Amino acid sequence: MIRLPLVLFLSAALFSTGVYGVLARRNGVLVLMSIELMLNAVNINLVAFGAALHDLTGQVFALFVITVAAAEVGIGLAIVILIYRNRETINVDEVNLLKW
Amino acid sequence: MTGAEIAFVVIGVAAVVGAIRVVTARNVVRAALYLVVTLSAVAGVYLLLAAEFVAWVQILIYVGAIVILFLFGLMLTKAPIGREALDNQRRGVAFLVGVAILAGLVYLIQGAFDWDAARIDPLEGSVAAVGSSIFSRFVLPFEVISFLLLAALIGAIVLSRKEDRP
Amino acid sequence: MVAAESAESIVKAIHDPSWFLRYSWLIALLPAIAAAFTLFIGKRTPGKGSVYGITALAAALVMSLGVLWTFVGGERGFYEASIPWFQIGQLHMEAGVYVDGLTAVMLVVVTSISLCVHIYSLGYMKGDVRYTWFYVVLSLFTSAMLVVVLANNLFMLLVGWEIMGVCSYLLIGHWWEDHVNSSSAIKAFITTRVGDVPFMFGIFVLVFITGFTTSNIPKISEIVSSGGASVGLVSAAALLLFGGTIGKSAQFPLHVWLPDAMAGPTPVSALIHAATMVAAGVYLVGRLFIVFLDADPVVLQIVAIVAGITMLGAALMAFTQDDIKRVLAYSTISQLAYMIAGMSMGPAGRTGAFFHLFTHAFFKALLFLGSGAVIHAVHSNNMSEMGGLRRRLPITFWTFLIGSLALSGVPPLAGFWSKDELLVVAEHEGHPVLFVVLLVTALLTAFYMTRAVLLTFYGDFRGHGEPHEAPRSMTGVLVALASVTVVAGFVGSPQLGAVFGKWVYFQELEEALFVPWVAVLSTLAALGGILIGYAVYRDYQARDPLRSLGGAYTLVSNKFYIDDVYWKGIVRPIRDDVSSGVYWNDRHVIDGVVNGAAAFTKVVASGVNWFDLKVIDGAVNGLANIAGFTGGLLRYIQSGNVQRYAVFLFTGVVVLAVIFTKI
Repeated sequence: MIRLPLVLFLSAALFSTGVYGVLARRNGVLVLMSIELMLNAVNINLVAFGAALHDLTGQVFALFVITVAAAEVGIGLAIVILIYRNRETINVDEVNLLKW
Repeated sequence: MTGAEIAFVVIGVAAVVGAIRVVTARNVVRAALYLVVTLSAVAGVYLLLAAEFVAWVQILIYVGAIVILFLFGLMLTKAPIGREALDNQRRGVAFLVGVAILAGLVYLIQGAFDWDAARIDPLEGSVAAVGSSIFSRFVLPFEVISFLLLAALIGAIVLSRKEDRP
Repeated sequence: MVAAESAESIVKAIHDPSWFLRYSWLIALLPAIAAAFTLFIGKRTPGKGSVYGITALAAALVMSLGVLWTFVGGERGFYEASIPWFQIGQLHMEAGVYVDGLTAVMLVVVTSISLCVHIYSLGYMKGDVRYTWFYVVLSLFTSAMLVVVLANNLFMLLVGWEIMGVCSYLLIGHWWEDHVNSSSAIKAFITTRVGDVPFMFGIFVLVFITGFTTSNIPKISEIVSSGGASVGLVSAAALLLFGGTIGKSAQFPLHVWLPDAMAGPTPVSALIHAATMVAAGVYLVGRLFIVFLDADPVVLQIVAIVAGITMLGAALMAFTQDDIKRVLAYSTISQLAYMIAGMSMGPAGRTGAFFHLFTHAFFKALLFLGSGAVIHAVHSNNMSEMGGLRRRLPITFWTFLIGSLALSGVPPLAGFWSKDELLVVAEHEGHPVLFVVLLVTALLTAFYMTRAVLLTFYGDFRGHGEPHEAPRSMTGVLVALASVTVVAGFVGSPQLGAVFGKWVYFQELEEALFVPWVAVLSTLAALGGILIGYAVYRDYQARDPLRSLGGAYTLVSNKFYIDDVYWKGIVRPIRDDVSSGVYWNDRHVIDGVVNGAAAFTKVVASGVNWFDLKVIDGAVNGLANIAGFTGGLLRYIQSGNVQRYAVFLFTGVVVLAVIFTKI
């Protein structure tokens, strides 16, 4: 008996926090964490709507999203480690060679 | 206000607080641990929404594997401590953007759904159904996802190999 | 005084053709193959290539005799065989042979004389700068003449006709380094061409009569004789065809090329301009005789008139020539007119004409080759530089004498029988004027030939150097021809059955008549001419006695000024005025237009160029500059910082969301 908008508010809050984190954090790993927050928000949305519409598709897709997130984190961290290896730093501010 | 709802609000607040602490903590390891809080709270939300399988997978994968990965990453890259070190110049802009997005979303949600009429009714358990659905209706995306994981795995290994060729 | 049988016989196909008949087409092909061999490997063959032509012609002669033998045996039909060549609409073109008695006779004449000339040239052309090429063209020419003789359709005949014309041109101009020779060759070619145009139109008319389906000669003859065409059309066709004869057989007014054609080597003159090519015109009339017969009678009268004028005029002009070959050339023209006169007198005259063609071929070739031997000895063509050669060139003298007696018509040599037959026909068929003209010409012929013999072989030698007899390859041929001349006449003599008339006849066998008083008259004419000639030229020293005839002599010796008329009236105006007018037009008018167009295009092009550079390139460059300028401004967005980009991204999303929800 949970009201749907509530769940969606939660999802919105998590999402915007994740956005702030992506934009504001310097450390590459923290940026990745913020991305995870965003993905979780999306998952909550999926599951909530699945429950509201009595359709299992929402849950199934949530599972897929989790899987993709896992893959993405793996690659992302590999990249971060490479950057660290090459530059001794993982401040995303300092990775700006593609500047004009 | 049913019991489920109250429980939901509590867990939700925990999740939000955890999330805020993730993006504002000065200590990276603390940020990672706050992330654990948020992820667990989200798992709880799933349980409330009768998505047991998703909840357990959430714990297993996110908390159990992904956060560990984050910690390893932090360890290997010797993350620094301190406010200036962790946040960049555009905090203000980012804050504004975040707030704007939040406002926009809230406005949308509130305009789209009738506050009292949209409800999530109690649901029965769904693990069996999810399982059979994955292997019948969604078997193709399932296989594709497996490939994706394989590719990511191999890619990660290849990327992070130390170059030991002369 | 034996009258031959007057049996009726319809011309029909031979129903069991002998091997010679079935392979008669080979006769025309063999010299062509020889020509090809000579052309490609002649220079490397020992003997420089003459062997191919001689072998091929010997084989062709044997085959021709084989063909003739069929008819000697009394066969009266014809043999026709053809293969279809191609077809345009309804018009069928074929390649085929038509062999009857006439064909057989012509084949023997052509191959035998050609063989003689080939052998003769071994000696005469020895050491010549273009010896091998000479034999190539000689063999090719023979092949073309044989094609004309064997052809069963008019287009194939035309092909052979034209190839002969080209070969004649090539051979007359054999020594083209001398301008006179090449001019003579061109004159010959163009003059015969002028005759060929009406000839071709004649062919077209005849094909039209068949409804444009075929040019097959027997078929055309059948359509004409069965009345399938109007008299007007047939007359037109006859006159047009006769145009070709006038050109090729050098009759008035297109006779002017033959004397100048003597610029070529003497064997060429013997073969082409005495025995074969010029006879092709006569053959044409004879082959398509039905067209002439069924035409309006005025056509045959025109033919007779042309023949008569030519006959007398040429005989007169022969008096005044100093070049021995030119005497013979005019003689040829005159004798050809004899044959054509014969043609104008109907079927009996046709047989007589061909009989004269037969005998004339042999003794004229003999005379030319004999004169060649003389020229070879004296190194000059002019009789004023000859004289007294009868002791130094005995074989040449005797054979030449036999030839000239035959030409004069002295019995029992060949020429007597053929001339006599023509006179008999003229008398019998009621052509009094022609009879007189023929008789007078016979007298004149005897006269000028006597003159020629006396000037060349009697008296004192007026030239330089030591003349000596010709080599055996030449004298052998002379002797052979002389022997033939002696006996050839007997195939047509009524006393011996007039066998010739059984080979060559038109639709029905003719009576072979012997009218004694005509024979006596013609003999008297011949002897009379000889006596007068002897009287005038007996004491010839340096000056021709005929000059004392003054103005008449001048007129005749300038060939009645016909050549001058042509030159001033036709050739010079066209060559100079017309062509320079055309040239002026081409240079100023046409080139002016072209250059003007080009200049105009240049102006337009430069305008377009300006437009392209300033306007279009300006626009394009302007656009590029704008792009560069804006790019220069926009590049500052590229900070390299991912999070900055993400800020923009999310801001953009928010803005879009706002816009879309408001809308």
